[in-house]
Amino acid sequence: MNDFSDALSSALLLLLHWERDLAEIVALSLRVSLTAVVMAAVIGMPLGAALALFRFPGRQALVVLTSALMGLPPVVVGLIVYLLLSRSGALGVLGLLFTPTAMIIAQVTLITPIIAALVRQVIEDLWQEYAEQLRSLGAGPARALPTLLWDARFSLITAFLAGFGRASAEVGAVMIVGGNIDHVTRVMTTAIALEVSKGDLALALGLGIVLITLSIAVNATAFLVKERALRRQA
Amino acid sequence: MTGGDGESILPLELQDVCYEAGGKRLIKDMNFRLEGDRTTMVLGPNGAGKSLLLRLCHGLLRPAAGRVVWHGAGGGDPARHQAMVFQRPVMLRRSAAANVDYALALRGLARAERAARVEDALDHTGLKRLAGHPARVLSFGEQQRLALARIWALRPQVLFLDEPTASLDPAATHSVEQIVTALRGRGTRIVMTTHDLGQAKRLGDEVLFLHRGRLLERSPAADFFAGPQNDLAQMFVAGELLWWRRQKRKLPTDVDPREGPR
Repeated sequence: MNDFSDALSSALLLLLHWERDLAEIVALSLRVSLTAVVMAAVIGMPLGAALALFRFPGRQALVVLTSALMGLPPVVVGLIVYLLLSRSGALGVLGLLFTPTAMIIAQVTLITPIIAALVRQVIEDLWQEYAEQLRSLGAGPARALPTLLWDARFSLITAFLAGFGRASAEVGAVMIVGGNIDHVTRVMTTAIALEVSKGDLALALGLGIVLITLSIAVNATAFLVKERALRRQA
Repeated sequence: MTGGDGESILPLELQDVCYEAGGKRLIKDMNFRLEGDRTTMVLGPNGAGKSLLLRLCHGLLRPAAGRVVWHGAGGGDPARHQAMVFQRPVMLRRSAAANVDYALALRGLARAERAARVEDALDHTGLKRLAGHPARVLSFGEQQRLALARIWALRPQVLFLDEPTASLDPAATHSVEQIVTALRGRGTRIVMTTHDLGQAKRLGDEVLFLHRGRLLERSPAADFFAGPQNDLAQMFVAGELLWWRRQKRKLPTDVDPREGPR
């Protein structure tokens, strides 16, 4: 227990000083995860909505696959992206391995299924409610898609948050494709893993506190936005 | 004369229309023709197929057999000249005015034309002061009036109403009836279901009586309420058409005594 309180007090001291290295790590973490979430949303939202609205052969298989991919192990995703981006891989010529871009690619792969699956559920429920009315007004599924996404906007925040949570918390994928290189690809989770293995519990714990605080801040903001908007729109 | 632009999409004809769901035949060999400018009330007990019939006419459901035909020339696409109001109004998460505007935008109307029609529609349905309010915070009665405002703006030739006042209080029911009457006055052909016989008398010119998916009687409203031809319709008007009575009536034909119930 003493170890913990020692580590905690050192961690708080570290945070108080807020050194450049620490700031750099936090900034890179946010950059990678937020970029990944935005890109995954751009891909996953229309994909999920399309799965909810259109009937085509293989749709059910795709729905099951999307849900199954929600639980993708980050290390496996990291490995696959690693194989694709490594010198001998299909995308090796791009020279992206061990860059933040590689980390973003891995995280987009990881969270697109999460966003798509959650969006599919939300849009399917809403379509149940709207289908007859919208079809009566002359809007088929294709025309309804943007309408439904817009009307579900508050529920979609939850999908976005789930994606962000997954992206900012995972360590396996970014470790493999990023390599945890100091000043280049070191993010909070990989730094924590490294510091723990080195025995520097203070820095690890300090980063952990920052990570959790950021997560709470992002979720609280989203919650407030959603609450306010819902109160207005019912 | 009809409420839409140009030629009429009527007459509407149902030819041997059947509808099935879950292996059950819910609409059976329906044949009738709608034209003119009367208001048609579709009556019958729960499960008679009234709502299904409206959805088949409106094109929301496809018949399992038979055809739904719009005979009129009516500008090519009959779907553009008809509309439907549901028992539960469905409003989008935007303002009352934007809900009306959305329907007009789907029909491809220009912005200026839409704005004029939205204002006119909200005005005629008494919703002008609520134009900027989010539609989903309006009361149930106001939402149903907003659904009718949407119709007012769309100016359909034919309007299907599926128990539009089923969950409204008398005041809200009254204002819905006023708007329906005004729509009719503008030339919209009304086809409506209701469980409110008083309403059917107030608004209807003719009655279609349905029972267990079949059209059993069609007659002018005055004749129907004075004394229907059909014995089941007589029981219905007298308020005696109960579930067990129907079951009993079914016995001789549907159950073979040697085999027991199917």
